[in-house]
Amino acid sequence: MGYSLKREVEKKERFVGGHRLCAGCGAGITVRAVMRALEPEDKAVVTNATGCLEVSSFLYPYTAWEDSYIHSAFENAAATCGGVEAAYNVLKKKGKIDDTFKFIVFGGDGGTYDIGFQSLSGAMERGHDMVYVCYDNEAYMNTGIQRSSSTPRFADATTSPTGKASNGKRQNKKDLSSIMVAHGIPYVAQSTFIGNFRDLHEKAHRAIYTHGPAFLNVMSPCPRGWRYPAEDMAEICRLAVETCVWPLYEVVEGEYRLSYEPKDKLPVDVFLAKQGRFKHMFAKGNEWMLELAQNYVDKKWKELLAKCN
Amino acid sequence: MSIRERLSGNEAVAYAMRQINPDVMGAFPITPSTEIPQYFAQYVADGLVDTEYVTVESEHSSMSTCIGAQAAGGRAVTATSSCGLALMFELLYVASSCRLPITLACVNRALSGPININNDHSDSMGARDAGWIQIYAETNQEAYDNFLQAMPIGENPAVRLPVMICQDGFITSHGVENIELLEDDKAKAFVGEYNPEHFLLKHENPLAVGPYDVTHYYMEHKIQQAEAMKAAKPVILQVAAEFEKLTGRKYGFFEAYRMEDAETALVLIGSSAGTARATVDKLRAEGKKVGMVKLRVFRPFPMEELAAALQHCKAVAVLDKAESFSAAGGPLFAETRSALYDLDSRPKAINYVYGLGGRDFTVDVAEYIFGQLDEIVTTGNTGEVYRHIGQREV
Repeated sequence: MGYSLKREVEKKERFVGGHRLCAGCGAGITVRAVMRALEPEDKAVVTNATGCLEVSSFLYPYTAWEDSYIHSAFENAAATCGGVEAAYNVLKKKGKIDDTFKFIVFGGDGGTYDIGFQSLSGAMERGHDMVYVCYDNEAYMNTGIQRSSSTPRFADATTSPTGKASNGKRQNKKDLSSIMVAHGIPYVAQSTFIGNFRDLHEKAHRAIYTHGPAFLNVMSPCPRGWRYPAEDMAEICRLAVETCVWPLYEVVEGEYRLSYEPKDKLPVDVFLAKQGRFKHMFAKGNEWMLELAQNYVDKKWKELLAKCN
Repeated sequence: MSIRERLSGNEAVAYAMRQINPDVMGAFPITPSTEIPQYFAQYVADGLVDTEYVTVESEHSSMSTCIGAQAAGGRAVTATSSCGLALMFELLYVASSCRLPITLACVNRALSGPININNDHSDSMGARDAGWIQIYAETNQEAYDNFLQAMPIGENPAVRLPVMICQDGFITSHGVENIELLEDDKAKAFVGEYNPEHFLLKHENPLAVGPYDVTHYYMEHKIQQAEAMKAAKPVILQVAAEFEKLTGRKYGFFEAYRMEDAETALVLIGSSAGTARATVDKLRAEGKKVGMVKLRVFRPFPMEELAAALQHCKAVAVLDKAESFSAAGGPLFAETRSALYDLDSRPKAINYVYGLGGRDFTVDVAEYIFGQLDEIVTTGNTGEVYRHIGQREV
């Protein structure tokens, strides 16, 4: 039976309404899409790093999560999940539990690329049977749009502001997906919200039902931080993919597979122009910024194509 | 019949862990606690335990692993020292506030900096407000016995708090002593099964752990933790009484040694008690009315009991194996002196910070301190309250 969004959204929601995420927040969309990929009969324990998602979805005494859920801190979601999974293995071995549980972590880019990076690397290396999902919105949004190592070059963030002596963030975005691939784990994928969500659904399903550690990097735009109207979410995601700023691919047992190749790769400025955080790049005299941004995307895209062929 | 052995403190704790057969261990090396996960790794390798042995990449992750495992419904243990405990700091609070009765073997070592691998209590004293029960050992035997008592205390439904079982780095962790061990079946039966009421992997009912706790609720939750710590006091005594029935070895909040008619006394924690006891015996033989209180349980702090034990003294010296840089004395002193405040007639109290970074504590030093107490009794003048001893110029 092929993928049908209609059928998928008819499944019982595992992340329910009433949470306090902003309208148009990418994190909530990522969570719903990933949780839909669980087979309805399977249980899950969700581990959440501190961040927008955590403070908006589990405010005592309310929770938006239908599955068991644990938050312990910002930088340790992977290790916490590893502990849950370890307990599951031994309790199952001892016959104390008989359900099938899946273990899913959600962390933002701050909790994943930066402060939670060591914990993530350790958990992946140890081989826990878990899926780490990064909802990547390219800055510390919970604290108010501070730059992270995932923030792209030139982005105007509150700790990399533009000014007379600053062009925004000075460094390129860290390529975390490649670093996860280098861990030699069975499954790594990049996805975002495209069309009928088939790409994200299938990757989430594969990640969840692959034995061993899996890493799913989901570009999850933040209308407030990126400064675009919330209703443009789908267009922003489409442009990220069509410009190859955020290529869709998966790496299965070390083998790269391109999920989508744009027929006509669009210039990066069509993606950048939609967002207030890149506004200064379009000022007269700043054409060099656009050129550098284009060169970087082209270089990374070429590298990816080489890996996929 | 119990088993007579010769073990280091580290091996004794690892041995207790094997007998308990915990569900998950977070394992990371740091001197001087390294041997605990190392001995345990061999138990795992030899198939003697069912434990998931999680070789994490830091102490931060070992405590995080324990939090996840205990919340999931398992029994989680770990061991650490010094900087390792400091790296766990944030998670210590998370563990206690989530009411997860994790057991941590703390092999006390000085905190950096400067880096130093030897014993003092700066690591666990630094964590004294983290909401963990803290029990200290003088000997290898006590480290073993305390470890077996940790889970029955922490897991008690009235308590549900994590427990730190402390012993002195190298002095007991690496020193080999005669020890009496319980048979495996007796140890297991004493510790019992862990059957939490709520846990993440529960079939009937999912659980959410670690909420964002807004102003309306946070304070109530903190008070619940404070109440749990109070509730731990009778439980600690009850578990000790059961342990005594099983082994004949008696434990309480502290040991009061020759305190019945003591006029001066030392209050201290850990392995230094051996030296203090020898000094008390020596001075008693000379006809001096001296005694010692060796504190076993620092959290919860046995305030009234300690005051009662010291009330008839004329002067006491509280010995802190940790600096707190308060410019007014160490942590044990601050709390002991506070305990004395409620007495109608109080002994005079002074503080000695001693033994930092492994500096030796000798009978000569203890005798000198008793001499200082005598002087206070004679002159009625306390003099400088906050003192250091054992440093080169003294």
